[in-house]
Amino acid sequence: MEIVKPLFQILAAALLAPLLPGVVNRVKAVFAGRKGPPLEQLYYDLIKLLRKAPVYSRTSTWVFKAGPIAGFAALMTALAMLPFAGRPAALAFEGDFIFLVYLLGLARFGTVLAALDTGSAFEGMGASREMQFAVFAEPAFFLGLAALARITGEGSLAGMFGALTGETWRTAAPVLALLTASFFIVLLAENSRVPADDPNTHLELTMIHEAMVLDHSGPELAYILYGASLKLWLFGAVIGSMVLPRHSGSWASDSGMFLLVMFGVAAGVGVVESVLARLRLTKVPYLLITAFAFSALGLIFQMAR
Amino acid sequence: MHTFAEFIIVFIILINLALSVTGSLSACIKLVALQGVVAGVLPLMAGHGGPQGRAVAFAAVIILLKGAVFPWLMMRARDSSGASKDVEPLISYPASIMLCLGAFIASSWMGTRLPLPEAGVAWIVPASLATIFTGFLLITTRRKAITQVLGYLVIENGIYIFGLALFVEQPMMVELAILLDVFVAVFVMGIAIFHISREFDHIDTAELSELSDWRRGEYGK
Repeated sequence: MEIVKPLFQILAAALLAPLLPGVVNRVKAVFAGRKGPPLEQLYYDLIKLLRKAPVYSRTSTWVFKAGPIAGFAALMTALAMLPFAGRPAALAFEGDFIFLVYLLGLARFGTVLAALDTGSAFEGMGASREMQFAVFAEPAFFLGLAALARITGEGSLAGMFGALTGETWRTAAPVLALLTASFFIVLLAENSRVPADDPNTHLELTMIHEAMVLDHSGPELAYILYGASLKLWLFGAVIGSMVLPRHSGSWASDSGMFLLVMFGVAAGVGVVESVLARLRLTKVPYLLITAFAFSALGLIFQMAR
Repeated sequence: MHTFAEFIIVFIILINLALSVTGSLSACIKLVALQGVVAGVLPLMAGHGGPQGRAVAFAAVIILLKGAVFPWLMMRARDSSGASKDVEPLISYPASIMLCLGAFIASSWMGTRLPLPEAGVAWIVPASLATIFTGFLLITTRRKAITQVLGYLVIENGIYIFGLALFVEQPMMVELAILLDVFVAVFVMGIAIFHISREFDHIDTAELSELSDWRRGEYGK
């Protein structure tokens, strides 16, 4: 049973991830006084897209087809070592958080190459912006994870969050609060959420992530949409494990609480998206530098303690 | 209690970072006032046992001065100088925040090297040194005279926190003397800024490099 549980965790993440964008959209709809799409809208979209035949431009090559699949595969691999309610993960080794950051980088690389392969000006612009913001977001995430490793004294992602208890929050509350804030900003930026990017906009000039995937269609678009929801799940799981340090020991109640917190994080994203306006494009790096500063401060605090 | 004091220290450093990126002059004044108030609360937290009457009275004086009187004076100087409402930095905001972070890293290194008595609260020495550095940053990289006064106030906040790290209980006379000095300085600077702006129609320090403005026409300014 102990071997099966991590597999269940991966399965739960893979199956429930498309619910998160649904929760975000529902919260936004409630704020706007609308009824909103059903929670499981993304599942319908994915099924619809998977049945469609893709359309390829004559200028695109195999890179265009390989990009979404590479991104999807990288994110599925990342799921295997994701923290889940402080339980042991299916895949855990010393320093696997570095591996996680590189997997995210690989997924981004695949998407960007596919976008550049179309030869469209819009997609090149989106790809350039995506990389520009990643330059700021990645160090913030990486330094935050390093600070967390320093606090808990563990080298693996699941170990870090397993060692994070209420006692850690009592002794290192300021640092953990800083890191949570930093991770939340990185979540918003990496998932192209509102202060950094607007997922609803259809103005190519202002889009970042959406501009990159304009030419994808059919199953490839499904891979990209599903990969985006997995990414949201990934960052949500990191934040959820940060703010939910209490482990009761019972697998079922831990998992239930964790899923509730995950949906809470998604609802938080929805609230942020409803009350904030999108930042001007040139101001987005400032936001990410703030996240970087939070992470760096957390790390320095922990080192100087 | 100490976790709360640590929160205050973190908050003070976050205010430092915010000061280095804020573009609006009035927000800067408010942030400096907030930092002064928060630093004024700190001795009540860091002391052993319950706060004594003298410490409370002293904290009240500091909070009144730094939280109400100084911001009022600064706002008055800002309004009467008729200058634009931006701080007009000489370097970009990301560079400012990076310098601020670097200052904190350097000061945590220095904090471990300085032969100081063991402070009750973690990070209090690095935080005070970083605050002093931020004050210098405000003085050197901002164009207006009023931000230089603000930088001076931030330095005073840093010195105050540094004093807290050294002494469990503040020597009241010393601190009161510093406070009085700062009060007089802010008062004088407020008047000086007002006079500068009336004489020269601006408080841009980069333009104040000549003794008088009679040669201005030759440079076509």
